[in-house]
Amino acid sequence: MIDLDATDRALLHALSQDAGQSAGALGRRFGLSQPAAWRRIRRMEEAGIIAGRRIVVDREALGFGVTVFLGVKLATRGRISVDDFERAVAAIPEVQVVQHVLGLFDYRLRVVARDIADFERVLRRRIMTLPGVGQVEANVLLSEERRPGPLG
Amino acid sequence: MQIDDTDRRLLRHLMADPGLATAELAARAGVTPATCWRRLERLRAAGVIRGTAAVIDWRALGWEVEVSLRFTLDKTAPRAFDDFIAAAREVPEVIGIETFLGRVDLRLNVIARDMRHYKEVYRSRILTLPHIADIEALMLVSTIRDTEALPI
Repeated sequence: MIDLDATDRALLHALSQDAGQSAGALGRRFGLSQPAAWRRIRRMEEAGIIAGRRIVVDREALGFGVTVFLGVKLATRGRISVDDFERAVAAIPEVQVVQHVLGLFDYRLRVVARDIADFERVLRRRIMTLPGVGQVEANVLLSEERRPGPLG
Repeated sequence: MQIDDTDRRLLRHLMADPGLATAELAARAGVTPATCWRRLERLRAAGVIRGTAAVIDWRALGWEVEVSLRFTLDKTAPRAFDDFIAAAREVPEVIGIETFLGRVDLRLNVIARDMRHYKEVYRSRILTLPHIADIEALMLVSTIRDTEALPI
């Protein structure tokens, strides 16, 4: 694990807001030369702190008006059912996120759909037919906000 | 704006691999680099592509614990949502805030350095948030899939 100084954290915060900024522009903003800014970013990429880049799209403009979070409990637990479930759920195109959790549920899923009728189709045909699936709870996403986290 | 099959093809490749250079993206989508560039500019100008953002791996930074806290709020307080969200934004360990329609009103994504630190954050900064009626915690064990890709 590498230690980040205040300049690294400022760079990381800026990139988590907009990864399209060049090392030159970031350098000017934080009082670094272009190569110095580039080296710092490269170091954070190599350490795995910057795990990659994600593209932010307007889901509704692309026809996906509904995002639903599902809490899923497995009906039967055991090594085999967990593997089968994970493999099958990760292959569903509408499922963006699969997280194994501890608590009231075993898995958290983020599912996108065109509308509520499309969501019902995904739920009935794809989710409820997964191997080992038990109780499912759905919450429709109304708003989401990513926070900078403890970088300040 | 009208989005045609070529746009969708470009977006599909770009969402699958957001770090792709324009030339490589053009090759994968089967269009010329000039067409690719022009189409991406158009999608950006129309706000379909909002931008790119660096993905931070908090574990690589030493934040080992991630918990999804699901809240129901006391809706008899007229400003329950606004007050709660404003206060949650002040907590540095909160990396995401989501609101829902369903049994759960709101979710906070909270990170901590270890379990001891989590306990401290939970007691001093989470339980003190206003208008909480109920809290459920889901502790993240592992992320099996995490993508922004839409099935277009």
